[in-house]
Amino acid sequence: MSAHRTTDEPLRRTPLHRLNLELGAKMVPFAGYDMPVHYRLGILKEHLHTRAKAGLFDVSHMGQADLVGPDHATTALALEKLVPADVLNLAPGQQRYSQLLNEAGGIIDDLMLTRPALPAHAGRLYLVVNASRKEVDYDHISARLPANVRLEPAPNRALLALQGPAANQAMLALSPPTNALAFMMGANVHVDGIDCHVSRSGYTGEDGFEISVAAERAEELARLLLAQDGVEPIGLGARDSLRLEAGLCLYGHDIDEATSPVEAGLAWSIQKRRRVEGGFPGARRIGEELAHGTKRRRVGIRPDGRAPAREGSEIVARSGERLGTVTSGGFGPSLNGPIAMGYLPQSCAAPATPVNLMVRGKALGASVAALPFVPHRYAR
Amino acid sequence: MAVERYTKDHEWVRVEDGIGTVGITEHAQAQLGDIVFVEVPEPGRQAKQGDAVAVVESVKAASDVFAPVSGEVVEVNSEIATQPALVNEDAQGKAWFFKVKISNPAELDGLMDKSAYEAFVKEAS
Repeated sequence: MSAHRTTDEPLRRTPLHRLNLELGAKMVPFAGYDMPVHYRLGILKEHLHTRAKAGLFDVSHMGQADLVGPDHATTALALEKLVPADVLNLAPGQQRYSQLLNEAGGIIDDLMLTRPALPAHAGRLYLVVNASRKEVDYDHISARLPANVRLEPAPNRALLALQGPAANQAMLALSPPTNALAFMMGANVHVDGIDCHVSRSGYTGEDGFEISVAAERAEELARLLLAQDGVEPIGLGARDSLRLEAGLCLYGHDIDEATSPVEAGLAWSIQKRRRVEGGFPGARRIGEELAHGTKRRRVGIRPDGRAPAREGSEIVARSGERLGTVTSGGFGPSLNGPIAMGYLPQSCAAPATPVNLMVRGKALGASVAALPFVPHRYAR
Repeated sequence: MAVERYTKDHEWVRVEDGIGTVGITEHAQAQLGDIVFVEVPEPGRQAKQGDAVAVVESVKAASDVFAPVSGEVVEVNSEIATQPALVNEDAQGKAWFFKVKISNPAELDGLMDKSAYEAFVKEAS
């Protein structure tokens, strides 16, 4: 019940540290940062509040960086050597989800990339990577860039996520242009006079925004957003249960260097042009998998009873044969029941297939479920 | 007069006429957060002191509930299995987990009384 530190290094703090404490956050170590796991409402209520109204998340631990080249095509093609997404054909302002791949087609990290709409930022791509993978990613990318493209980490920027059905109304008051943003589009805007980059995206399955802001304006911005109707601060605990209900992958759990994007059910993020042309790490394996399928794939699982099956629980056939492992598991507050994700052989990956989950030495009944568990409500 | 004792695993046991009623402490429920699942033992189970006999899960994590004293489980609280949130609401009252017929009362001497437990919690935090 206590959080253990694995290193002696002091925990890093986000620009919202002081505000988080003021808001009654329970702080825990996460990816080297002192982060809010929940605020005064607690995980369950914070989760339900985000689905009902709007939640503000401090995700400043995430890695923000700019890839900077002479023009869009040069920068895009440099990144395309590392990821399977079509970066070249991004429209100004358009954002995409992709993965840094190793030579075996395994996932080094998953990331968001945006082609800025701002003319002054032509030739740049904004990247957002996982906190736990920052150093690995930056080294990996930097070592593979041509001479005229460079990676500029932006540790002086904070990242806030405003998520939920009331997020748009809350932003509308402070930054009218954000109302016009479609899902997976971003813009450089003022939010009540504060320079921000806002994208319509998130990690909850709800409509919402991710807002990148200079560290020194982050607290002011967070206070403004928290003052809007229906906005409550939400911690990493609810962020995890929200993303699990939305069927979204957590790096290091549902995906890792041994997982290909096709196995992980992320083939949708590999655009047609890249499938045809290849030219990304692991293109051969991924091409094979796209054409002929994979041995295993990521699935949703719903336990029959009330007991959650946590990460690491074995998934076995009703006959007892070992099939796979739970990669994320817990309680889904919006479903008021346990949910999990894991990998299963294709032969038993169809929704409604009965399986057992081994929990504390007992086989508990469960069945394969379609993802997401809770329908996405993005602004299309 | 009921005697109340506490364990380092944040359980309480209230002893009356040789029967110990067991639950988790107010401090434990607050640390766990929203409790979403409880598993109580089978009545009739012979438990040794320290055996993991019940489970309590919050949205964050699963924790074992250990038998604070040895004996036979004579009654369980099925209400908390259907309403796990009751543990958050009334951990040291309505949300008891099970009752045990104490086989070795001397084990109680090794547990903490209320003031010792309060000092233990204060020191740990």
